Amino acid sequence: MTAYIIRRLLYVIPILIGIVLITFLLFRAISGDPTDRIAGKLATKEYKDELRHQLGFDKPLWPQFSALHKGDYREFADNQLFNHFKDTFTLNFGQSTQYKQDISTMVKNGAGPSLAIQIPSFIIALFLEITIAMVCAFQRGRILDRLIVVLSLLGMSFPFLAFIIFGQYYLAYKLGWFPISGYPSHFGPGVLRYVALPVVLGVIAGLGGGVRFYRTVMLDESNADYVRTARAKGVGETSVMFRHVLKNAMIPIITQVVVIIPFLFLGSLLLERYFGIPGLGAMMAEAVDQADWPVLNAMTFVGSLIYLSALIVTDICYAMVDPRVSLR
Amino acid sequence: MPSQRSANQWVEAWRRMRRQRLTMFCLAIIVLYIGLAIWAFTGVGFPDWDKGDYTRNNEGCSLQHWLGTDIQGQDILFQTIYGTRVALTVATVAALLAAVIGTVLGTVAGFFGGIIDELITWLYSTLASIPGILLLMAFAFVLKDKQFDLFGWHFRLTGINAVYLALGLTGWVGLCRLIRGEVIKHRDRDYIVAARAIGVSNSRILFRYLIPNVFHLVIITFSLSFVGYIHAEVILTYLGLGVVDVPSWGKMIRDGGQELAKGHWQQLTAAAVAIFIISYALHIFGDALRDALDPKLRGEGI
Repeated sequence: MTAYIIRRLLYVIPILIGIVLITFLLFRAISGDPTDRIAGKLATKEYKDELRHQLGFDKPLWPQFSALHKGDYREFADNQLFNHFKDTFTLNFGQSTQYKQDISTMVKNGAGPSLAIQIPSFIIALFLEITIAMVCAFQRGRILDRLIVVLSLLGMSFPFLAFIIFGQYYLAYKLGWFPISGYPSHFGPGVLRYVALPVVLGVIAGLGGGVRFYRTVMLDESNADYVRTARAKGVGETSVMFRHVLKNAMIPIITQVVVIIPFLFLGSLLLERYFGIPGLGAMMAEAVDQADWPVLNAMTFVGSLIYLSALIVTDICYAMVDPRVSLR
Repeated sequence: MPSQRSANQWVEAWRRMRRQRLTMFCLAIIVLYIGLAIWAFTGVGFPDWDKGDYTRNNEGCSLQHWLGTDIQGQDILFQTIYGTRVALTVATVAALLAAVIGTVLGTVAGFFGGIIDELITWLYSTLASIPGILLLMAFAFVLKDKQFDLFGWHFRLTGINAVYLALGLTGWVGLCRLIRGEVIKHRDRDYIVAARAIGVSNSRILFRYLIPNVFHLVIITFSLSFVGYIHAEVILTYLGLGVVDVPSWGKMIRDGGQELAKGHWQQLTAAAVAIFIISYALHIFGDALRDALDPKLRGEGI
């Protein structure tokens, strides 16, 4: 088991290097020097040089091998590629070009509101999806199952953005059940009022895809041989479902819980922006508006880090639950 | 004869699908949307819907404007129909690009193995470790209005081209993984070993034997990912990374969302319903196609 965990952790290293390389290629190599764009037309040359130095764009993009020939290792190491790796791995993302604020601070401030939406969404969605999928497995092929299949497909087809807009308009503006948008400045019970509607909308919008997925998992499991054996020896349907199917379906469910996470990112992006919640998603949406590339660069890395950690945790859980995994 | 067998496979799948009434109904809807998109493309007999008339903006439904007019006095019905054009081209180009990249890399990785396989696996594992929306945003942001000088040619990636490229470059990962796995399975089967034994060249094995045998995966992924690209266009446009100069459903939802607070619901509803219908049809059709071509895939989250 320990060997498996260590191997799984070592496997992260090339992936992390790959992620940093991709952010480097995108935000440094392809997009090029943004100084002129940020400084504006009227900026003096001195200011531009200063800014360029600050952003590190005065250095060569790639390692200069000519410097290596001269034996000047410092000059060889001082390039954008190496600096980008160093900065990213030390989580030093520099300043936002828009707010002149440390990005690490911005990420820390935004994490709270984002989590306030995502954790409840994640838990409620998972609970509802598995429950509805169980109902489908119980009723498979009957009218209720078919209805749920059709409804979940309908839910998946409706554009998420339009759903949020309609939800906000009818539930918050017309009916006045929820505040239209905003977020309290201090974390406390008051948060609940503002978080409720985004969570409800996010959960409902994601329900279709989730139910469809878990239903397939449950049905696959309930067609397995051991289930037929259990039925044949006279085990009751409820007992088959809970003791046999659900227990074994937990394995694919655990491995696939992670697939929700990218959807949570999308959800937080649109929901936070729409409901004026000062989280990471709203921060990113604003960074796009302001062409604030250091923020996007940082968020791409941080987001991948979160996702990657979740992937590792699930893989390890998987290995613990399913003894067959360690044999690989 | 692999080509003979794969021809039968398609005929057989079509025969199976033709018996399902709902699938055929959805196919009819898809064909209708394609027809509308072509109509908007050619412009033959297409009304002058975009001549804005500010004296008649935000009107309700009438005989002249069936779905009313938007804030600029443009006809909403024809704006929606025109949006079909952008949605279908974006999804088609992006899905084609992703299909080509995914197929080529997947077959190459699976067939040649070794260091090439390691590299391609590393590349797609890396891309798969970045949450999709973040990756898509990063690509779209960087590629937007990017100017390139490639082999003496000057490119400028205006709005829609950047969207094609961003979606295509981020969308190939799933297909690549699928094809790689399938090619590895086929690589050691008897018919490939036999072909090698009689001295068939690598490229011939690839194009005559392997690709025809995994091609149904490309078709299935193409049809099932199509919906995702239509929805992605909406989200990119809302974030200001999408198409700005042409009327699209994304633009309609963005503009219509602002009008909704004033009680003008038509524009938002029209775009949402247009997306909803085509998405539903594509979902059903894609699922039916998958079940007809390869029922084993059902459980693999595709």
